[in-house]
Amino acid sequence: MISGKAIKYGNNVNTDVIIPGKYLILTLDPMELAKHAMEGLDPLFFRKAQGGAIIVAGRNFGCGSSREEAPLALKHAGVKCVLAESFARIFYRNAINLGLPVLECPRVSSEVRDGDELVVDVKAGEVKNKSKNLTLRATQLPEFIMEILNDGGLIEHLRRRIESK
Amino acid sequence: MNIIEKILARASGKGEVTPGEMVEASVDVAMIHDLTGPLAIESFRKIGAKKVWDSQRIVVIFDHLVPANSERSAELHSIVREFVIEQKIEKFYDVGRGGICHQVMPEKGHVIPGELIVGADSHTCTYGAFGAFATGIGATDMAAVFATGALWLKVPNVIKVNVEGRFQRYVTPKDLILSIVGEIKADGAIYKGIEFAGSTVRNMSVDGRMTMCNMAIEVSAKTGIVEPDETTLNYIKERTNKPFQIVKNDPDATYEKILNLDTTNMEPEVSCPHSVDNVKPVSEVAEVSINQAFLGSCTNGRIEDLRSAASFLKGKKVRNGVRMIVVPASQEVYLQALQEGLLEIFLKAGAIVGNPTCGPCLGGHLGLLAPGEVCISSSNRNFVGRMGSPKAQVYLASPLTVAASAITGKITDPRALET
Repeated sequence: MISGKAIKYGNNVNTDVIIPGKYLILTLDPMELAKHAMEGLDPLFFRKAQGGAIIVAGRNFGCGSSREEAPLALKHAGVKCVLAESFARIFYRNAINLGLPVLECPRVSSEVRDGDELVVDVKAGEVKNKSKNLTLRATQLPEFIMEILNDGGLIEHLRRRIESK
Repeated sequence: MNIIEKILARASGKGEVTPGEMVEASVDVAMIHDLTGPLAIESFRKIGAKKVWDSQRIVVIFDHLVPANSERSAELHSIVREFVIEQKIEKFYDVGRGGICHQVMPEKGHVIPGELIVGADSHTCTYGAFGAFATGIGATDMAAVFATGALWLKVPNVIKVNVEGRFQRYVTPKDLILSIVGEIKADGAIYKGIEFAGSTVRNMSVDGRMTMCNMAIEVSAKTGIVEPDETTLNYIKERTNKPFQIVKNDPDATYEKILNLDTTNMEPEVSCPHSVDNVKPVSEVAEVSINQAFLGSCTNGRIEDLRSAASFLKGKKVRNGVRMIVVPASQEVYLQALQEGLLEIFLKAGAIVGNPTCGPCLGGHLGLLAPGEVCISSSNRNFVGRMGSPKAQVYLASPLTVAASAITGKITDPRALET
């Protein structure tokens, strides 16, 4: 179970606002990247995400570049999970590979307000909005993606596979 | 099956695949560059892998921050160079040896029709112009490919975009793809493939097709592709001796949707801030004053682009108060432009000609914008902060519109400058 406060954004949140190109030279320093997360869209983001938050967004979250620094920066800023109506595919894969749960959740934009308290059951595909006392369905993740998430990401997942051989 | 399904079926060793199916596919070629490479290499080491699955199938190209613009980027370059030596990767294009990855890949014969190519860069979809299935992946996925040579992929639904009609004078493939992005919208092709077809695409050069496929990602598509034909083969045969099998659509190929377009009445198009799908005919945004004009990038930094812009700038000056930056996409394009006298035209017009690099496009290196500044650019993205300050504005257009605007100092319909 993941719980946290919702930080809400709109449609087509792109990777250039999640982490601008000028910071990509910080690629091997995730904590430094994290300080600049969402800078173009929400300068207060890093402070808001500290201690754990859940991003809630509309359609096509993470569109644009293939930069894995986007989910990396969000994760290290304190984001525990991203709920969106749809995701851009490279961001989606990158997030899963880093062990950051991302769930497609229809109507999440209209049913969640900024600051609402959420509890997410990733395995069951269920999002509880405690502030509004309602439950939303999210698309359940396939078994092999759950395995990657449970291992903490693709690196650990593959490392275990290699070691068990 | 359509061409995308056929390539993925072959790559996953199956007789047939259907949209929505998950396959584990063998990768034919994997590409990293200087900015996505370091994280992929770090992840590769963390996995515990010692040797890449096939050093002959890996291509490494420096293009994002070249030459190194800071100590930090120099360090990133060092990390990648060490990996190249350690893993005995021969297809390595260091500073001065290649140029922008998406131009260098086909130029140097690393793009073959029918193959499955992955690149740690979202504009990897450019290679669909040659009938390959090419898609962008992140660093950890790339590390997994380096270790295993395989990747799980979902077979996408495919939208076919049929384009008929001739282009009006000064209307280009860039205007066409901008209008398609405006039509499909930024989220219109998530998880989907796009096939560009029809007589307009058939009559298009390789350069034009690359511009089209390059921007498939701007509607969030997994890839863009053009069925290979005579034009494709003429290009490929000059670049490689590698044997290959052409993959084409089956006569009963199916699509999720077919979009029919006619270019006959199409105008030059401009994508307005701050979203690529915010596309308007140039006539609606004319008179917007600009501070910078950028001609270059993996979208429009090729020889045809430089030729068309130079034809406009010949004997003219970039307007006072405007800085024009020209960046040829590769060393080869640079040399050809030099030999054709195009660089002289740009220099005499008052433009700066930079070395082959991604340059201003990603706001990481060269030509950044200050708050309040406006840039017209032949590149592919105009998101907030893309080319520098989050308070700057970027308009995307064809090389012709960029050149015309550089001359007048405001966004200009190239047809209005016709002599």
